[in-house]
Amino acid sequence: MTEPLDRMTLTLTVNGRTIKVAVHPMARLLDILREEIGLTGTKEGCGEGECGACTVLMNGVPVLACLTPACQVDGAEVVTVEGLAKETLHPIQQAFLEEGGAQCGICTPGMLISAFYYLEHPECAENLREALAGNQCRCTGYTKIFSSVRKAAERLGKTIPEV
Amino acid sequence: MNTKETLEPVESEEAPPIIGENLPRPEGIRKVCGTALYADDLKFDSCLFGRTVRSPAPRGRVRHIAFGEGIPWDEFVIVLPDDIPGENAVTLIEKSQPFLATSVRHIGEPVALIAHHDRALLNKALKAITVEIDEEPAIFSIEEALEGKEIQYGRDNIFKEYRITRGKLEEAFSEADHVLEGVYETGAQEQLYIEPQGVIARADPKGEVTIWGSIQCPFYVQKALAPLFALSPEKVRVIQTETGGGFGGKEEYPNLLSGHAALLSYRAGGAVVRMIYDRREDLFVTPKRHPSRTRIKSAFRKDGTFLGLEVDFVLDGGAYPTLSSTVLSRGILHSFGPYRIPHADLRARVVFTNSTPYGAFRGFGAPQSIFALELHLDRVAHELGLDPAELRRRNFVKKGDTFPTGQVIKEEIDLALLMDTALKKADYARKRKAYEEENRKNPRVKRGISLSVFFHGSGFTGSGEVMLGSKAAVRLLKDGSVEVLSANVEFGQGTNAMFTQITAAILGIPPEWVRIHQPDTAVVPNSGPTVASRTTMIVGRLVERAARRLRERVLEEGGLSQGYTGEEFRETAKRLAAREEFREEAQYVPPPDVHWDEQRYQGEAYSGYSWSCDVADVEVDMTTFQAEVKHFVSVVECGTVVNPIIAAGQIEGGIAQSIGYALYEDVHTERGVMVNNQYTNYIIPTTADIPSIEVSFIRFPLCNYGPFAAKGIGELPADGPAPAVAAAVAHALGYRYINKIPLLPERIAAVVLEEEETAA
Ligand code: FES
Ligand code: FES
Repeated sequence: MTEPLDRMTLTLTVNGRTIKVAVHPMARLLDILREEIGLTGTKEGCGEGECGACTVLMNGVPVLACLTPACQVDGAEVVTVEGLAKETLHPIQQAFLEEGGAQCGICTPGMLISAFYYLEHPECAENLREALAGNQCRCTGYTKIFSSVRKAAERLGKTIPEV
Repeated sequence: MNTKETLEPVESEEAPPIIGENLPRPEGIRKVCGTALYADDLKFDSCLFGRTVRSPAPRGRVRHIAFGEGIPWDEFVIVLPDDIPGENAVTLIEKSQPFLATSVRHIGEPVALIAHHDRALLNKALKAITVEIDEEPAIFSIEEALEGKEIQYGRDNIFKEYRITRGKLEEAFSEADHVLEGVYETGAQEQLYIEPQGVIARADPKGEVTIWGSIQCPFYVQKALAPLFALSPEKVRVIQTETGGGFGGKEEYPNLLSGHAALLSYRAGGAVVRMIYDRREDLFVTPKRHPSRTRIKSAFRKDGTFLGLEVDFVLDGGAYPTLSSTVLSRGILHSFGPYRIPHADLRARVVFTNSTPYGAFRGFGAPQSIFALELHLDRVAHELGLDPAELRRRNFVKKGDTFPTGQVIKEEIDLALLMDTALKKADYARKRKAYEEENRKNPRVKRGISLSVFFHGSGFTGSGEVMLGSKAAVRLLKDGSVEVLSANVEFGQGTNAMFTQITAAILGIPPEWVRIHQPDTAVVPNSGPTVASRTTMIVGRLVERAARRLRERVLEEGGLSQGYTGEEFRETAKRLAAREEFREEAQYVPPPDVHWDEQRYQGEAYSGYSWSCDVADVEVDMTTFQAEVKHFVSVVECGTVVNPIIAAGQIEGGIAQSIGYALYEDVHTERGVMVNNQYTNYIIPTTADIPSIEVSFIRFPLCNYGPFAAKGIGELPADGPAPAVAAAVAHALGYRYINKIPLLPERIAAVVLEEEETAA
């Protein structure tokens, strides 16, 4: 979409795969994932950092892919929703499936990444509400998302505070 | 259709165990893995991006569209009204707005389209276009419309009017001990599905149009596009992609958007055109819940007996009729609540204004009229010195009673039981007293608790379902599995799981052997739109009947005997499917004794109702004047619950949206358009705001027309929360009522401070 002169080449690891792409320095990580690499699991709900649908892990911490410019991702390690399942579903995915944590599913990729991060680092937020406050869902009213995360926590043998 | 055939009510308590099981949603695996494909996820070898040139003025004739300098316009695909091959009007209920206007009626109205393969250049080009309008005076409020200012529709700016009368209202008022009047207002509300509107089109100039998109009603799009291209409907193929929420917002708007994308594609010689709105554009131009103003006058005896009700219900329809007449209809048909009212005069109007057309949003007119009635009843109870629950208890309809529409309740309903279950779960009686005491001592935080009781009719209103004559089908696949064919889309509400469970139950096969065909107008029969809480009760019953037919034929032609195992069915199915297309269909037939008089608005408005009681427990911070819901209880009666987790999820999600409607969601308009059209500026509840929500189901003795006696629930939770929250806030504020939602801090502050001033 831009003149070739404006392109920069960068290398990043996405879900364990190292990839080289040539993009505009101001291209968003979201576009790199969706358009350059073809990983469309990460969604765009607002494009302005409000809805959380584009949440991915970059170097282990959640970032909003719609606000992350290409120039910041060179050499980074990124995990998207497509990277959560290994041989089988990750317990957080399994729990969302069983407990009704996903309805229309558009917020789910970002929600799963934030929930995944919280389960790995329960110390980073006071509780689940705070951990997921940056991820909006218009379908569930969050109740089933909370119960999904609690179920996953149980299966992973983690204790998280009550909401 | 065969009108002699009638539907029998389902009374059986015995459903196969799969009905009532928490089957995980079949498409859920793709959703949690990120592989579900939404419109913007589809890939095409090459494509153009499309954008819309819009009117900067609310009313006037387009004098000139200036294509500014510095843009290589010859590289662009441009569509102007004159380029439209067929009819320049969106066909919905009536011919509604033009695809591209030459005379505009609201800001943001489409006047031209442009496309290019370079998105950055496209956006730059859009900014280089100036639309010049010979502006005329415009109107933006219900009041201006009713005063007859600037008549722009019919003789009086009224799109549609209904009147329902029963008994003699004057008698009620002369007999009454207590008469109360009130005016209640609700603001517009944005659906805010997290996936913005988006479609992709290919319109081959040889005469075939294909649309892929985030769409609730594929056949509506087909119906709208056929005349646009002067094609027969089969030449327009509409395929629903995974849909990231809709809530009504993707009922009608995709007609216009699909038309735009297809026009660009047509003009580009059949190139694929993507039109995916960004959030700002989506919020700026798409239809929202109709703002309303309801005047109520009620007559009661001092013992709380409801004698009469007068309602004057007015909706702002915006600049085009779109779906407003049906929204109005559902609104007035829910305006009297589940109460015995001997005398009623209910009037409903939807008016023209130069605002972005308002449209479908979950609840479809009912949330507005129910808000007015339920909050009004809270005031009546207070004035009569009765508990609001007690006032309701004295007036609930029961079997044999009649609604103002003349519809007789045939179900064995027990609304007192429903309400008491909710009150008990919410610890209502104790809290109501305790809060009043606490509030006297605590000037900083005031707490309140109140309720609403309401119903929602399943399916199209009146003779709507007969007119639709929907069809659904099931067929055997070569691998021995069974496929459901319907036009009803999954957009989060659970269609896929529900159809799977019903089909598996009838055929006695495991749910893994049931597939759901993606709604695609080239393949599925027209089972009608995915709206009006009709998918479970109406279409689910079609699927059930089609599956029964299929089963009979499999038994007969496959030589299978009753009591077969799933495996035996599968083997037989494989054999049969290998021979020929093995498919069964069912078409809608109405229940017996259903009459609907469209002129007098009398009769069986809906063939089934779901019932509910909500209790809201709130807190108001008297320093910030922010109200917050702390706990929410909802008890629902919707017949058989096919999938409890999905059903509860629907209710919880609806409650969250409605808490937003009551407290936070403020569509701020200037000259008829939303000006806070950014995610940042339109506040919806987050995990931090949402209370604990407790949903439970009860069952009245089963008897209705849904599959296994299941009824609709999709819209029900949009109806009750707002009045319960508003009444609870009034309770917290010592019975100071605010009759307008959202209850923003400034509205609460105004009421509290005014009182303090008066006191001073
Ligand atoms: S798309 Fe990134 S936060 Fe909404
Ligand atoms: S599941 Fe639809 S937005 Fe969350």
